[in-house]
Amino acid sequence: MDRNASSPNESGRVHHARVIMFPVQHRIDRLRRDFLTTSASGLGLAALGSMLRADQGMSVLATKPPHFAPKAKNCIFLLQAGAPSQLDLFDPKPKLNELHGKPLPKEMLEKVRFAFIKKESAVLMGSSRKWSKHGECGMDFSDFLPNIATCADDLLMIRSMYSEQFNHHPGQLLLSCGRGVFGLPTVGSWLTYGLGAESQNLPGYVVLTSGRGTSGGTSLWSSGFLPSHYAGVLFRNEGEPILNLTNPSGLPPEMQRRGLDAIRALNENRYSEVHDPEIASRIASYELAFRMQSSAPELIDLRGESTSTLADYGVERAQHPQATGRGNVANAHLSFARNCLLARRMVERGVRFINIIYEAWDQHSDLNQDLRYNSWVVDQPIAALLKDLKQRGLLDSTLVVWGSEFGRTPLGENRNGREANTGRDHHPFAFTLWMAGGGIKGGQVYGETDELGWGITKDPVHINDLHATMLHLFGLDHLKLTHRNQGRDFRLTDVGGKIMKQWLT
Amino acid sequence: MRINRLVIACAMTVSFLLMASLSPARATREIEFARDIQPILAKACLSCHGPEKQEAGLRLDRGDLAMFGGDSGKAILPGKSEQSRLIHYVSGRDADKVMPPEGPRLSAEEIETLRKWIDQGATWPEGDSKSASKNDHWAYQPLHQNNPPQVIARNWPINPIDQFVLAKLESRGLSPSPEADRYTLIRRLSLDLIGLLPTISEVDAFCSDTNADAYEHAVDRMLQSPHFGERWGRHWLDMARYADSDGYEKDNPRPDAFLWRDWVIDAINADMPFDQFTIEQIAGDLLPDATQNQRLATAFHRQTLTNTEGGADQEQFRVEACFDRTETTGAVWLGLTIGCARCHSHKYDAISQREYYQLFAFYNNGDEQTFSVPKTDEEIRKYGKELAAHEVAIANAQSALRDAPKEMVTVLTDKLNAIKKKAPAKPEHHVRVVAQRSKNPRKTFVLRRGEFLDPIADSEVYPNGLGTLMPLRPRNTNERGDRLDLARWLVSKDNPLTPRVTVNHVWRTLFGAGIVKTANDFGVRGEPPTHPELLDWLASNFIGLNKRDSLGGSNPKTDWSRKALIKQIVMSATYRQSSKRRLELSEIDPQNKLLACQNRIRVEGEIVRDISLDAAGLLTRKIGGPSVFPALPPGIAELSYAGNFKWTVSNEVDRYRRGLYTFFKRTAPHPNLITFDCPDANITCVDRSKSNTPLQALVALNNESFLEASQAFAKRILESGPTSDANSKLVFAFRICLARPPREREAIVLAEMLESSRRWYSDHMDEAKALVGKQMASNIDVGENAAWIATLRVLMNLDEFITRE
Repeated sequence: MDRNASSPNESGRVHHARVIMFPVQHRIDRLRRDFLTTSASGLGLAALGSMLRADQGMSVLATKPPHFAPKAKNCIFLLQAGAPSQLDLFDPKPKLNELHGKPLPKEMLEKVRFAFIKKESAVLMGSSRKWSKHGECGMDFSDFLPNIATCADDLLMIRSMYSEQFNHHPGQLLLSCGRGVFGLPTVGSWLTYGLGAESQNLPGYVVLTSGRGTSGGTSLWSSGFLPSHYAGVLFRNEGEPILNLTNPSGLPPEMQRRGLDAIRALNENRYSEVHDPEIASRIASYELAFRMQSSAPELIDLRGESTSTLADYGVERAQHPQATGRGNVANAHLSFARNCLLARRMVERGVRFINIIYEAWDQHSDLNQDLRYNSWVVDQPIAALLKDLKQRGLLDSTLVVWGSEFGRTPLGENRNGREANTGRDHHPFAFTLWMAGGGIKGGQVYGETDELGWGITKDPVHINDLHATMLHLFGLDHLKLTHRNQGRDFRLTDVGGKIMKQWLT
Repeated sequence: MRINRLVIACAMTVSFLLMASLSPARATREIEFARDIQPILAKACLSCHGPEKQEAGLRLDRGDLAMFGGDSGKAILPGKSEQSRLIHYVSGRDADKVMPPEGPRLSAEEIETLRKWIDQGATWPEGDSKSASKNDHWAYQPLHQNNPPQVIARNWPINPIDQFVLAKLESRGLSPSPEADRYTLIRRLSLDLIGLLPTISEVDAFCSDTNADAYEHAVDRMLQSPHFGERWGRHWLDMARYADSDGYEKDNPRPDAFLWRDWVIDAINADMPFDQFTIEQIAGDLLPDATQNQRLATAFHRQTLTNTEGGADQEQFRVEACFDRTETTGAVWLGLTIGCARCHSHKYDAISQREYYQLFAFYNNGDEQTFSVPKTDEEIRKYGKELAAHEVAIANAQSALRDAPKEMVTVLTDKLNAIKKKAPAKPEHHVRVVAQRSKNPRKTFVLRRGEFLDPIADSEVYPNGLGTLMPLRPRNTNERGDRLDLARWLVSKDNPLTPRVTVNHVWRTLFGAGIVKTANDFGVRGEPPTHPELLDWLASNFIGLNKRDSLGGSNPKTDWSRKALIKQIVMSATYRQSSKRRLELSEIDPQNKLLACQNRIRVEGEIVRDISLDAAGLLTRKIGGPSVFPALPPGIAELSYAGNFKWTVSNEVDRYRRGLYTFFKRTAPHPNLITFDCPDANITCVDRSKSNTPLQALVALNNESFLEASQAFAKRILESGPTSDANSKLVFAFRICLARPPREREAIVLAEMLESSRRWYSDHMDEAKALVGKQMASNIDVGENAAWIATLRVLMNLDEFITRE
């Protein structure tokens, strides 16, 4: 049956035989009129209307002023979880190649822990990558990231990051919350808490994932002790973009709206009796939910994007001929590309913080093959994203961060049962992270590691420093952005945090 | 430059020493701490090493802490001024570390005074060993045994609670709210005590019961309900960070975790006194002749996370779990945020880093153990049968092998081995508990900044309680305290915190806010109680200190009784007040701290689910048992990394169990629960937040479980409603959800919704069929059926439906 053809003219329909007669329409209208104008308590619908507006003013929807003029308005955090090898992507070490196969000097091994490496038999492992310099700034990239390399002059390459956490989940918590413990809000929660959301129809903090799940699971977008409306909202790769966004089958928007009108009328009625502002919030939440039901599908609908844009991001690209490893799950090459494009669309629509998670980089073995594939998955879409943002004039106000919970060892991993060292172990003492846009001065390399890439020799940067600087770019003083919990004023940067002035434009 | 400074400093020190030794009169003088030492410390040291700040972990305003030292070890070695860091630094021997770093240096005379004091033994009189300001804090004081105050409106109070509340209102010239109507009262009680809706017949029976004790009967009935333990047990599970998986990256399932969850439900249903409830969970294994159940109880502290990520250092995560146990104990029983003292002495509360590790020491020798308990008789019988069948299969295979020709031997041997591997699993549960380490007990040291690889030398500590509370005395006076001593100390009648904190948890659940609003912080940074006398009266009564009172009194039956406490509160006129906001109070008391009315409370995430299923008639009311797997949206189980997890939806019975039985996977918990603020079970949660978000609206409007509930609800109403009259059916449905009958205008809105839905679906039969799905009501036209679903789901989305009025 063609639905449109039979679309009813509602007034004057012959009622179904089973219908029992109800009060006539004019009576309903009169009652409604009464309801709107009378108010025994002095609080009628007009008052509720202003309550609703006031509630929106108080709610997470409202934009809050920063502490000082911001450079960045939005952030795209490309969380490359699992720990990509900085030694094979960003931080070339000729000396390491020279010493390939030799043991690490003993004094460097003292007091050091490894996840899998056995100290007695550990040997250095050079990188098989080819390196070249890019951009006017002459930034080093390995041959695995040819496209991102073309954006060198926009990137701030930080080679001197360090972390205290040694295992993935605690490390990811540190990177996301400023400490490697549970119960704290994530960066996105702090930003939306501090600044509110720009969008009235979409969540302020969105999470996109590709490939397999993450070590941290949902704790990576938790709001911790902040109210749960500051938690990240997961957008899904298949089916409805947000959980429960789609109307039940048999309930088209028209009927959903009718239901919402009835819910609203009854909630308003209750409000007029008990005057609880929570009811006004509930009404506002239902209305926002309804708006999200149309704005989120519009957001993920890529039909308005040009063919060339789709091609730039690689949204429909063919699979890599040597797809392999833990990054090759659930068509990650397509979802990652699409997520990058969605991130730009979200920035355009005022989503404050977009976290794109791809946990694929834990190469304890088969480093060369797996790293090649993962790099291929992310290289083209990220470069397209940076260029697209720039071309649309959005890069200046959009901070893009690429990073992970830690890096990988210069030592080859000698895991039991493997004949040769083909991977690297966890390395929290020195790793690389890069940023672009949003007030970051591109074309610079910050910090240095020693000739083996083992330790930091210049300008160490703790994750608290990274966070302090990120907040600074958003016009927020990391010492002032606090929340009282259990008697203590918590902040994203725990007890640390230094603003890295050299990074700023 | 550096050398020069050092030389000068040394030269100065030498000259000071010379000067000092040239003063014979002073050399013989006995140093008095209060007169001679304290002023020096106060002037030069305490701004950095005092109650507010403890640079390098050193605190010099309390004797015990000063003697304990800082991050780099002891600062004062009695009798050995030469080796004492304090002298080393103030005398400027190390040019890089001269104390005080800013402002005038100590005079030679002052340094000599300090030196002598140390050489004479560094006595620090007892009375000066604690800083007065922190210990004056209200929460550390003994319980005040207050008499309920006199009130003007003498006929309002039902029990002493009301006298406390009313006296305060009267002092502000305010009056309490009237009692809520009967519908509200019975629904309120039902949601608060058992977390389920009252049935219409229960509502009607209560409303028509004119006996004076009708209300009390209803209370008693619900306190006896087996669902009481589910509702109140869930709060305890929050505090215990209960989950069905390990947490961290691998997040392996804990299929037997439910045994302890059921222990909690049973203990609460049996009204196990809270002191015993405490002792068994903290130290059940150490009780004389501990029963299996008492050992099981210690699983409270086995709810900590386990990290089995490849390469994780097990010692690191063992220490981590002990931190968690220490801090959870502080939060749950003492209402204190002792976690701060893991890395440094507490900035605000009187908890030193050393005391933290003294508490930690109780847990440092509690090891994780797993023991086996048999499953149910039915399962044992089933196992017996399977085992017999298995043995027969082996015997058959063996005889086949014996008689086999040579060329068949390999094949048949493989077959035999394959059969052997298929032995049925023993009908045992594997219970994770805490048990005392019997061999090689660990020593406990203060860990610098909480780093497990960095114990501070000379800092060995022994199990002990917090100095600011009463002393902890081990039961074996010759031995160090153990967990049993700790547990008894927590519930000692001299400990004012445990009863205050516990009573406040109960009050918070019944009023939406505690008498202390910061239920998780009774420290100096927490909010003071709104009704301190009431809090102490309730706490005293709870543990049986109020001799004069007729309600609880010193009756061993009600001492530490959770049910008696709850009954006392819900019987009060204060609890029974209407929850309508009074506009005249919005300025005077916007947060309702004075309790001039009840509060409206959005029900908890599990209960949002429970009451939807309950209204729909779908709810399976089975208590306890293994956790279950209700419908889960696709893509959720996959959010965790290890990929070791499949969510297989439970059968028709278990699919509709209460929310607290939903399998809780820490890295990918059920989104319906999390969206409604169910805690994530990674750390203790004493106080759930209650948010109000669009995602919640989407769950209630569109989620599969909630859609199923509205479909079943429609089927229920259409098939078993009172009459065929649609209006009556709507009233019936309305009352199932909200207990009260609809107001006229509400009935009109619903009738109109039904009417318009009928019109729409009669023209859209495909949609009607889709909406009705499998829950087709018998003998009802599908369009009509769909119209009812569309209408009834409105009820299940009302603010009032998920609110305890």
